Amino acid sequence: MTEATTAKPIPVTVLTGYLGAGKTTLLNRILSENHGRKYAVIVNEFGEIGIDNDLIVESDEEIYEMNNGCVCCTVRGDLIRVVEGLMRRPGRFDAIIVETTGLADPVPVAQTFFMDDDVRAKTELDAVVALVDAKHLPLRLKDSREAEDQIAFADVVLLNKTDLVTPEELAKVEATVRVINPTARIHRTERSEIDLTKVLDQGAFNLERALENDPHFLDQDDHDHDHDHACGPDCTHDHHHHDHDHHGHDHHHHDHGPSPIHDVTVQSVSLRGGEMNPDRFFPWIQKITQTEGPNILRLKGIIAFKGDEERYVVQGVHMIIEGDHQRRWKDGEKRESRLVFIGRELDREKLERTFKACEATPAEAAAH
Amino acid sequence: MPTVAPLDLEGHVAGVAFLGEVPFFAESSGLIHRLDHGHKTVKAHDGLLCCVRDEATDTLLTGGEDGKVLRVKADGTTTEIASVPRKWISQVAAGPQGSVGYAYGKTAHVRLADGSVKDFTEERTVEGIAFAPKGMRIALARYNGVSLHWVAMAGQPTALEWKGAHTGVTFSPDGRFVVTTMQENALHGWKLDTKPGAETRHMRMTGYPAKVKSTSWSVKGKWLASSGAPAAIVWPFQAKDGPMGKAPLELGTRANIMVTQVACHPVEEIAAIGYADGMILVVRFADSKEVLLRRPGKGAITAMAWSKNGRQLAFGSEAGDCGVVDIAA
Repeated sequence: MTEATTAKPIPVTVLTGYLGAGKTTLLNRILSENHGRKYAVIVNEFGEIGIDNDLIVESDEEIYEMNNGCVCCTVRGDLIRVVEGLMRRPGRFDAIIVETTGLADPVPVAQTFFMDDDVRAKTELDAVVALVDAKHLPLRLKDSREAEDQIAFADVVLLNKTDLVTPEELAKVEATVRVINPTARIHRTERSEIDLTKVLDQGAFNLERALENDPHFLDQDDHDHDHDHACGPDCTHDHHHHDHDHHGHDHHHHDHGPSPIHDVTVQSVSLRGGEMNPDRFFPWIQKITQTEGPNILRLKGIIAFKGDEERYVVQGVHMIIEGDHQRRWKDGEKRESRLVFIGRELDREKLERTFKACEATPAEAAAH
Repeated sequence: MPTVAPLDLEGHVAGVAFLGEVPFFAESSGLIHRLDHGHKTVKAHDGLLCCVRDEATDTLLTGGEDGKVLRVKADGTTTEIASVPRKWISQVAAGPQGSVGYAYGKTAHVRLADGSVKDFTEERTVEGIAFAPKGMRIALARYNGVSLHWVAMAGQPTALEWKGAHTGVTFSPDGRFVVTTMQENALHGWKLDTKPGAETRHMRMTGYPAKVKSTSWSVKGKWLASSGAPAAIVWPFQAKDGPMGKAPLELGTRANIMVTQVACHPVEEIAAIGYADGMILVVRFADSKEVLLRRPGKGAITAMAWSKNGRQLAFGSEAGDCGVVDIAA
């Protein structure tokens, strides 16, 4: 039984989405499809889950503010309790799914997996998956900040109920999602129908995998800009045919201009630079996340350090930031640094200027 | 020289206790094992979350993932105290005269010996329950503090406020202090015997590198031992104001192995200290003298209990390697 203590962390998928967006339908799919994996599911209410599974646990959402004076340092106390209980008998399941309520803030859920030592020791946040009702999203964005936060915070967005909207409406909704979150993978679905390998086991928070399976992360120059416009009625792009094989990272838009929809308050700032001086970059990112943390929902980046043969990847949630070497730069791969912030009230000019100031100078290159 | 009689179980052990002379081991799977002229097992729960001993009746009280609260007698027979389908019961407490406290969600319930049940609802989830040593009074740990309710009387509870999440609660054996474990790496205490109208006296017990999951009062409540550090942290409570302004003892210090369980001896001022690697020491408060009771095992110690006369210590681990140490042998 020694493997119990040294076992691989159990992956956790967080499902968010407004009431009626299709979370329960997706959950029922995950629990009933024959994929050979067993899931423990933590739900707020048993509700419509039609599957008989004794590993469905009901828990009352319980937000804890940490006693460190930081308003964004919140965790979910109920998750700490339930995960600890589940992990006492780890052989029962391969992964955990957390379904949140329609109005839930995804941040405390995610932060639980970084800020609580016991939870962190045994589990690993795999991805935050947001379901979006293609028909009702514009309305939701008008009346709730949560709907926007859920999209901004997601690694994977299922643009669901596509059969209920026209191609024009769909394109507009997708463009809105893209404005809120330029890095998420977007999949168009009807009745939450999706190849589950695109939702589960994503490794989105795993520094070794996070950007590896996302080769076009923040790619701006060498990527065809086919999709960064709202498609017209005669558009023949393959994404209108629900050919999911061609979805995923092909759909990155990098047009982060002002949103055509006034109700969007989240913005993203994409930074791009050359090789960085670590002696300037680390204090900079520390300071930015300390001072701007409450406004930063997510950040992700690949950093090239001068004289370093390996790519360095960073990611963060509010004030929590993690970074590590990921892999060697490949021959011929352009050594540049890319970083994206998703948040509110971000000072684009200042971020760009101070990021640039972390670049290594030719003189420093010699010293390294 | 202490001798260890091992008992190898399948998985995580949530609680151990002696009923009479018989050691009991409650596995998280729901199986309850006892060493009573051989190894005997009963299936009590479909998933067991907590197990405490009821001093008043010398029985066990258990709560489970199956929503059941059970009483387990020394012969292994169980009786159902409550059943709440689809709720996890992770908190049970033993009260006077066979009364039982348990909680799920925001409500704590006390089932009295006559079968009647009293409910106490908080604004936030009830995370810990403890009965006062005297009188029918319960403490409920919840976000931002503790509520003290008289079981028999309707009326406003006494609120002990302290910002943060309180995950467990205990009364000192003389009833003068209430102490909580917290989500942050700290204990918090309140002095209850202040004069009416006087300001509440708080005790902040901080400095732990990890969450405190295990606490234990020494004989007559003179000390409170705790886990959460690579040593047992033992706070002095013999003075009028408890540990205020005093440094705790640090016993059984190891370089980087955390203490996961503490159990004070029922007679002497010594404590058993269980570690993350499965090792167990017994340490005397007066001179910090250590005796090894068990070498490191397969997993962290998750439960320990002394027999009534203090000659035997039962222990369980997260990996299922359990046993009984005889210190008199």
